[in-house]
Amino acid sequence: MLTWLRTRLQQGIRTIRFPRDGADFPERFRGRPQASSDLGACLFSPEEGRYNRDYRMATSTRDALVTATGEVELAHALDERVRKLFRRSLRLRSVVAGSCNGCEAELVALGNVVFDLSRFGVQFVASPRHADGIVVTGAVNRNMRRALELTYEAVPPPKLVIAVGACAISGGPFAGSPEVGTGVGGILPVDLWVPGCPPHPLTTLDGLLRLLGAIDPAESKDTVTKLS
Amino acid sequence: MSLLREPGLRNRRAIPFAAIAVEPVERFGQSVTDAVAGGWRIASLFGTPEESGRTRLVAILADDAQGELGVTSAVVGDRYPALTPACPQAHAFERELAEQCGVLPEGHPSLKPLRRHPPDHLPAGRHVAVSDREAYPFFQIAGDEVHELAVGPVHAGVIEPGHFRFQAHGEQVLFLEIVLGYQHRGVEGLLERVGRERGMLVAESIAGDTVIGHGGAYCGALEALAGTRTTPRGQTIRAIALELERLANHIGDLGAIAADIAFQPAASYLGRMRGECLNLLMTLSGNRYGRGLVRPGGAAFDLTPAMAAEMRDRLQRLRAELDPALTLLFETASVQARLEGVGVVPRSACVEYGFVGPVARACELPRDVRHDHPWGIFRFAHIPVATMWAGDVLARALVRRLEIQRSLEFTIEQLGALPKGPVRVDCGPLRPSELAVAMVEGWRGEIVHVVITDDAGRVRRHKVTDPSFHNWTALGLAMPGNEISDFPLCNKSFNLSYAGHDL
Repeated sequence: MLTWLRTRLQQGIRTIRFPRDGADFPERFRGRPQASSDLGACLFSPEEGRYNRDYRMATSTRDALVTATGEVELAHALDERVRKLFRRSLRLRSVVAGSCNGCEAELVALGNVVFDLSRFGVQFVASPRHADGIVVTGAVNRNMRRALELTYEAVPPPKLVIAVGACAISGGPFAGSPEVGTGVGGILPVDLWVPGCPPHPLTTLDGLLRLLGAIDPAESKDTVTKLS
Repeated sequence: MSLLREPGLRNRRAIPFAAIAVEPVERFGQSVTDAVAGGWRIASLFGTPEESGRTRLVAILADDAQGELGVTSAVVGDRYPALTPACPQAHAFERELAEQCGVLPEGHPSLKPLRRHPPDHLPAGRHVAVSDREAYPFFQIAGDEVHELAVGPVHAGVIEPGHFRFQAHGEQVLFLEIVLGYQHRGVEGLLERVGRERGMLVAESIAGDTVIGHGGAYCGALEALAGTRTTPRGQTIRAIALELERLANHIGDLGAIAADIAFQPAASYLGRMRGECLNLLMTLSGNRYGRGLVRPGGAAFDLTPAMAAEMRDRLQRLRAELDPALTLLFETASVQARLEGVGVVPRSACVEYGFVGPVARACELPRDVRHDHPWGIFRFAHIPVATMWAGDVLARALVRRLEIQRSLEFTIEQLGALPKGPVRVDCGPLRPSELAVAMVEGWRGEIVHVVITDDAGRVRRHKVTDPSFHNWTALGLAMPGNEISDFPLCNKSFNLSYAGHDL
């Protein structure tokens, strides 16, 4: 018991004060592209261009991801009726459909003590029947398309669809393979688009909180937490 | 076996494709079977279409004791006598071959679809009937009080898709059949078509938790075919990234094992520390999984002395924080009791089926590419191979604990003594009509990329074998006799890749 308590004290409190404080990324972090691009198809590789360290990129429409200047119109809050339903409790079901498992690894990371997704009332649940929406990762390949559609049908309305990662938005690195499509956009109505390969957990969290109206769009951050 | 050794194939040494023996198919089967009986392993076995409208079977065999690779081949039409009855190591490879190349291995005892897709490596002019993707002949056990349980492809957590079919008597599992292919994206076909720059990004997306491992194998094969001599500094930075990847995944998985047995303190501490390893990769490469770092010819990012010193400090701090968390996990009696004796993989099965990585090492088989077929900096800086003997969940966890400690020591040491010189050199065009094999000890085990070029130096065949390709069979073998409720724990102790298997 003493060992347990000692270890607990050694570990300290590690949860970051997001979104009250902003986040500081290391120098090489590849955030939002600096020039014109389609963030939905961008694989954020060093070869594709230059990036700034801004992690905020999630949008409400597919078109908003296509930028001529590098600036994007970030996601706005859901309409009042739906937002009231989900603001304090949003239950999501993850559907993986032709991914590399990178995006899922970052979704799992959202649940660790650093990001602690559940403090915002957002949780991943085991059954679509218990869910308010689905989070889709992967390019929607042939072998998962039916399972994706059945899972969506099983979620009671009103329901959200959140597309996470380049694959779910555009097919990502796999676009052009006969085994995959071009993401979830042509199949289900998407409410939030989170670009990245994979998106940093804070990119996804920022998008979710904007969708729920928990981040003031006009607010800027004075304090930042160093993510190192 | 001298025939196998004849071309002088090694990890990352290219040979002319014409130097590979073409044996009559019965002799080919006998060569492979004899080699495996003599202690070799099948590292890869695949088909590539020939202009004649037939299929060339190529077998890559590994002699771990000598650090050598053997190779042989045969040309077949639409069928050939299966190797599996005499050589079980070939079982998954032959299922894959049947599916990709439309070639029937006659006499295969369990010729079921592997990934459920139409053939994508057929010779020109050949057609085969397309089968229904959803049809799958499950093994079933009949009897009073025997019941069947189906799980997936959509799982309870944030997990990749796969289907598990249990035949159970009460809580006791009698048989587990694992059906995969739900993550199939056509990776090999893409790698053969899209060119080097895009191919690099596809290779980094074979398994998103093994970006450095697969990226390194991809580059290793191209560099061997181009005759590129990478620099010590580039090799060292790649090796540091590979060990950081191993650290992140091993630490994360031990945390997940703790979570599966409801031991929350270790689960949350280790979950957080996994993130610290990812953040170190982000400092180095700009991405938490190391995307963008490994590139043909070396590494895309160098380390300044200040960055190397900072990363070293952070790793030392991590080591200090990790020790008490791991001690808490492994020295709590109830944790030990829960992990011991669950999900046992017999050593004989590891030998028979050719399992790799921590699964084999937990059965006292010291298989480790870094040790057996060393490449780059691993030829000079040796990491001791960690083994246990019981083959259960606890043994696999203990192997990972040892590997965490050794990878920490390795990375801290290497960051303090980076070789001088450039981090990347030019990687020129690929030589025509050659074959190269690049192997990497990823955190799950042996990753193999085989690349064959055509007479114009283009990629003609790119064969990828993720360690999960071998080890999913081990999970199926570990379950019978255990309770269904032990499955998540058992599964987590392997944590195999669906994406890496499904390609």
